[in-house]
Amino acid sequence: MSQIATNAEQTIVGNTVIIDTGCANLSSVRYAVERLMTELERESLFVSDDIDLIKSAERVILPGVGTAPAAMNALKSKGLVDVIKSLQQPVLGVCLGMQMLTRSSKERGAQSQDCPCLDIIATEIEQLDSKGLPLPHMGWNQITPSKHPIFDGVSAGSYVYFVHSYRAPISDYTIASAQHGETFSAAIAKDNFIGLQFHPEKSSQAGARMLKNFLNMTKETFANSAANTPLTEALL
Amino acid sequence: MLAKRIVPCLDVKEGKVVKGVQFRNHEIVGDIVPLAQRYAEEGADELVFYDITASAHDRVIDKSWVSRVAERIDIPFCVAGGIRSIEQAREKLAFGADKISINSPALTDPSLIARLQDEFGRQCIVIGIDSYYDAATDSYKVKQFTGDEAATKDTQWYTQDWVSEVQKQGCGEIVLNVMNQDGVRQGYDIKQLSMIRAICDVPLIASGGAGTMAHFKDVFAEANVDAALAASVFHKGIIDIQDLKRYLKDNHIAVRL
Repeated sequence: MSQIATNAEQTIVGNTVIIDTGCANLSSVRYAVERLMTELERESLFVSDDIDLIKSAERVILPGVGTAPAAMNALKSKGLVDVIKSLQQPVLGVCLGMQMLTRSSKERGAQSQDCPCLDIIATEIEQLDSKGLPLPHMGWNQITPSKHPIFDGVSAGSYVYFVHSYRAPISDYTIASAQHGETFSAAIAKDNFIGLQFHPEKSSQAGARMLKNFLNMTKETFANSAANTPLTEALL
Repeated sequence: MLAKRIVPCLDVKEGKVVKGVQFRNHEIVGDIVPLAQRYAEEGADELVFYDITASAHDRVIDKSWVSRVAERIDIPFCVAGGIRSIEQAREKLAFGADKISINSPALTDPSLIARLQDEFGRQCIVIGIDSYYDAATDSYKVKQFTGDEAATKDTQWYTQDWVSEVQKQGCGEIVLNVMNQDGVRQGYDIKQLSMIRAICDVPLIASGGAGTMAHFKDVFAEANVDAALAASVFHKGIIDIQDLKRYLKDNHIAVRL
């Protein structure tokens, strides 16, 4: 648990900002990140919706629980939509935070149309076709990760904790897959944006390893990544 | 493949883990955080904290233990007991609980489920159901207020109908608490759980009756439930979670090891 067998000795550089979306799992994400930090490193961890703080961060986490329309409304009312789209540093979307990185979501809530999202990663969120298995897809399932650096030290078949009913399909942006009925994207990425459908903050050692990998990323990590190259071609 | 979950349940009273016999004579077992941490390290897939302080009293109770758990535990956990309103649910979720479980208040007002779902999403709304076999009518029925022996009463709900209703209202998961008619720790009620499984489209957690490792194997293999909840076999050290999971794996049940 607390003894994470990773490159824990590596110092976490610069500010980490968890975007305050006002959603319910903010504290879980913060606690998970804090568990990986020294007292000193925690002084550079912020939960905030301050635009300047987000823009200047070394890395940014976009959490999310609830429905896509509610979460997008929260980002809009805080004036964060264009801010997030313009970020050049590593950005990690978790669960609904991952889904918000896409073009749109069919999770409509009370709306009559699909919910427009941040349109950073060119894929769309639709209901998971569980082929008769229970929904929501809730519990520990295995992932097949690519060589993306977020999965450094995470072996194929690792169990992580999922809770969702909607999913991103397999696409050029898929960096990990999982199966519950159909096979879907357990994680997607484009350039400096990474999205995890599962909850790394609740996924024991495997999740902690991914969070630690993310905390070790800096503005430089994706600076040289070839723009517009689908990650599947580059990494699989 | 989705792993079958093993879920220890801990009774909490005024911030401490307690155990009692038939809801009486509670003695303190220990602090919540170290016990929760121990179960997480032993391989529990999820934890349920049943807050028995809450249901009996209306006074304001210190819930900071929820955040102390969330700070230290890296697996999901659910808080049950005494949640009757959106605000009470919001408090637990804000402190870091992943799910909240509702039982009696949902029977009093089923629309509470829909309102909670609208507010927080169905993924964190768990409905607990206390079901019993009614020999007179040869059917399964739902009891309310089982946390307090004097207040426990029968409801008009047949278990199947209530299971359908709570899904219609938008719950994300069901814990069906029912005991094999042979008695305590004589196994899960496979017959009833299989029947409910057939009409339950959300994840189903079996609760009540676990006494041996074979009981867990049977409830997964025969009733096809998603998770099995147990308390005393873990608290009393009758079953070790690691041993249980290895046993289940040897018996071709998908588990996270």
